[in-house]
Amino acid sequence: MRANKAFLIIAHRLAILAYIAFALFPLFWLLKVAVTPNDLLYSEGIRLWPSRASLEHFDFVLRHSAFPVFFRNSLIVSGSTAVIVTILASLSGYALSRFRFRGKYWLVTLMLLTQMFPLVMLVAPIFKILSPLGLTNSLTGLVVVYTAFNVPFATFLMQSFFDGIPKDLEEAAMIDGATQFVAFRQIILPLTLPGIAATLGFVFTAAWSELLFSLMLISGNAQATFPVGLLSFVSKFSVDFGQMMAAGVLALIPACLFFLLIQRYLVQGLTAGAVKG
Amino acid sequence: MAYAARHEGLPAIRPPLMKRIADASAPYLYTAPALILIVTVMLVPLVLGISYAFRDIQLLNPFSGGFVGLDHFRALAQDQAFFRSLRNTLWWTGASVFLQFAFGLILALLLDKPFHGRAVAQALVFLPWAVPSFLAGLNWAWLFNPVVGPLPHWLFAMGIMSQPTNILSDPQLAMWGPIVANIWWGIPFFAITLLAALQAIPRDLYEAASIDGAGPLQRFLSITLPFLAPTIAITILLRTVWISNFADLIIVMTNGGPADRTQIVASYIFTQAFKRLDFGYASAIALVLLALLLAYSLLIVILRQWLLSKD
Amino acid sequence: MASIDIANIKKSYGTHPVLHDVDLKISDGEFVVLVGPSGCGKSTLLRMIAGLESVTGGEIRIAGRRVNDLAPKDRDIAMVFQSYALYPHMSVAKNMSYSLRLRKTAKDRIATVVAGAAAKLGLDPLLERRPRALSGGQRQRVAMGRAIVRQPKAFLFDEPLSNLDARLREQMRAEIKKLHKDLGATSIYVTHDQIEAMTLADRIVAMNGGVVQQVGSPLDLYDRPANLFVAGFIGSPGMNFFEGNYQAGEVQRFEMEDGNSIPLDAPPLSNNARVTLGIRPEHVVLAGHGPETLLATVDLVEPTGFGIILHLSLGGASFKAFTNDRSFLTASGTIPVRFPAHYLHFFDAEGRRV
Ligand SMILES: Nc1ncnc2c1ncn2[C@@H]1O[C@H](COP(=O)(O)OP(=O)(O)OP(=O)(O)O)[C@@H](O)[C@H]1O
Ligand SMILES: [Mg+2]
Repeated sequence: MRANKAFLIIAHRLAILAYIAFALFPLFWLLKVAVTPNDLLYSEGIRLWPSRASLEHFDFVLRHSAFPVFFRNSLIVSGSTAVIVTILASLSGYALSRFRFRGKYWLVTLMLLTQMFPLVMLVAPIFKILSPLGLTNSLTGLVVVYTAFNVPFATFLMQSFFDGIPKDLEEAAMIDGATQFVAFRQIILPLTLPGIAATLGFVFTAAWSELLFSLMLISGNAQATFPVGLLSFVSKFSVDFGQMMAAGVLALIPACLFFLLIQRYLVQGLTAGAVKG
Repeated sequence: MAYAARHEGLPAIRPPLMKRIADASAPYLYTAPALILIVTVMLVPLVLGISYAFRDIQLLNPFSGGFVGLDHFRALAQDQAFFRSLRNTLWWTGASVFLQFAFGLILALLLDKPFHGRAVAQALVFLPWAVPSFLAGLNWAWLFNPVVGPLPHWLFAMGIMSQPTNILSDPQLAMWGPIVANIWWGIPFFAITLLAALQAIPRDLYEAASIDGAGPLQRFLSITLPFLAPTIAITILLRTVWISNFADLIIVMTNGGPADRTQIVASYIFTQAFKRLDFGYASAIALVLLALLLAYSLLIVILRQWLLSKD
Repeated sequence: MASIDIANIKKSYGTHPVLHDVDLKISDGEFVVLVGPSGCGKSTLLRMIAGLESVTGGEIRIAGRRVNDLAPKDRDIAMVFQSYALYPHMSVAKNMSYSLRLRKTAKDRIATVVAGAAAKLGLDPLLERRPRALSGGQRQRVAMGRAIVRQPKAFLFDEPLSNLDARLREQMRAEIKKLHKDLGATSIYVTHDQIEAMTLADRIVAMNGGVVQQVGSPLDLYDRPANLFVAGFIGSPGMNFFEGNYQAGEVQRFEMEDGNSIPLDAPPLSNNARVTLGIRPEHVVLAGHGPETLLATVDLVEPTGFGIILHLSLGGASFKAFTNDRSFLTASGTIPVRFPAHYLHFFDAEGRRV
């Protein structure tokens, strides 16, 4: 019996380790190539770590490419999108969680349907709509588009967090003398901080990695976001793997940082609604 | 009752107009910003996009824009490349969803019970989800590249491949490249959703079941699965639709090649729109895809209703 | 403090009616307890008074002012929730002062009031703690404290003690009673606990199916229940009922369905009327001889420590008797019982008291 149990525990840990290895190996390899000096790249092709590591590729990418501009653009776009979406989704998620109103069913249906569109189909029309407004080739235009794309899912996410907060609390606040909006701001929102963190992180990563619309709505390096920049980088420097991967590693940093901060709230948030009821 | 009847016939007075308006409009005020944005940036363009399917829209041709009726659809019916991409879409979506789900479920089960270091393990295995999709694509393309990546050499060493070549340029195997990347990238999504559902299962159910004498397998079949079923159903549905629309990995890794072997409908639309700049035709394909996906979702929903009504 | 006047209140959720013409006048400083089976609309009524539910019909007045359309914050009432509803992200002091801060009360005044309430409830050492770090009883006290910091027009309690263990409940019950004596606040209190209802109430309102069944002092409801529902609901173990006929004549009798009969004083009944006879278990006399004595079979003996509940049957009808006499612990077979005439209740075919 005990041997059996020990065996199960070892198998469990091994399985977890296998998953971790599978998840991290590609990222590790990215880093490995990025720090391998060019002269060792081919001779030590499949060594796990080069005999001599250097930061020369990072140095080049940061100083001799348009890379810092892409980085800044992406930060601006993803950051603003995340903040705006979270605000809008808090409001609409709260309404879905707390009010019964005509049209709620249609709103939910509409939001679900938007998750189903082939977004490619929207590129041309959106371009046509935004260009007279001067919102093509502008970061603002991207923020508007990304915000709209991310609001539906973020709304559902926030709703599940609100569902997890007992209604009693805001009723108590209203009896204590708060209006519904004050109760929302002073009682409910502070309790939803994990949910807000999760939504912020989720939207940030989504906006950070969006390629299609960025590719279509932006031309030229000045407004390009990371994905577009990296792709053009890839086609331009396609022989220099070290530099590409160094750029890749840098692209990874903000998203991963954000993710590591919020990931535990994500599971918690998805659970919250179900547990408390 | 003796105690009633003092206010007999008191009319049901309605609240004053202002208050009624304020009360009734609150939910709409909360949802309006989101709704307006969705309508203007998604719904209006969608309608416009649908209309493009019936017009001749070529970005660089100033004389285009005329109404062409069903011409695009007629052309589509003859388009062998489209039908190939449809088959590829099935293969791509089916394999990706099934493997993501299977590995995601196993991962969620592994993470369900507390153990030392679970928080760290969870953060690490979910990390791929944070990797931007285009970067995931590039990264895997590099891993499959025998010049800088180890995978071909490993496969060769294990005797699976006869030569350390790039599977992305092998028409027989190319689709596996994006699929593997997609699995790597998508496992966390399933695992997170399923883990959340798993943790919502009341623990005392398991205790009750073990007291009733159910073994681990029976507990899994009689408690875990039924509780997860709704989440599994909805996640698979959403994911299937999403993955059939998801072209980033393919565009970055193979661009549909070699010889269109990895061209799925979504990437085909992308090619028509951005390489050929033929938005009319691209919209027509997209409309067909949308119709197919809607039909699929409807089928699933009906199937679910039918299964529910059966028991 | 203020009176609360509830006139012909109706409530429906959609087309589903929950309250039917509830009519109730609560005077200044009175302590009214709402009782009734689960789902009868007690919480709904309370929440309508608080302004948390809209009013479908009728009128609610607080201190003479119509409040139907007033937001909860403008009604100036305090409510203690069953779940306590303490704000998890605020300390005990912050929880208690929240309403005052919303009203922009001066800081030093807030400090005095909170300190006073904390002293009254024995919360002084806990003021900086978060609710998470409190025991159930302490949380309950904080919920009370939150209500008493601002002298509201009325207190509403929705089963405030039901999450506490029996001992703590007894203690808090006494404290609520004391608090009410001190503050003299108009209070409406919902409970499932008979003892709470009997001990706290100036008046009890018994409800069933959204209809007020009887309003009166605790002993009133106990001694003179207005109908079968109240008779059966108030008291534990509950009143015994027997179906039968009233026979007028030389000797007035109540004839049970199995032929047993009980002689009566003269109740105002017409001859041969179908009636239900009720008697409380503690009023059943377990001894006697003579014509009014019946022989009951002992089915079960339940010692409660405080006394003994005997499950008896008489023909086809089973009933309970309560006694403090421990010699009945070993009772079996048949024993003589008597239903003293002045303890009998009669209800007509509609269930109304006669
Ligand atoms: N939001 C709602 N929508 C529809 N029906 C409701 C709603 N809230 C309450 N009800 C119904 O109204 C009736 C009265 O509910 P209420 O909560 O007032 O009962 P209660 O007397 O407080 O019961 P308990 O003792 O169990 O707390 C119940 O039948 C309930 O199902
Ligand atoms: Mg209730």
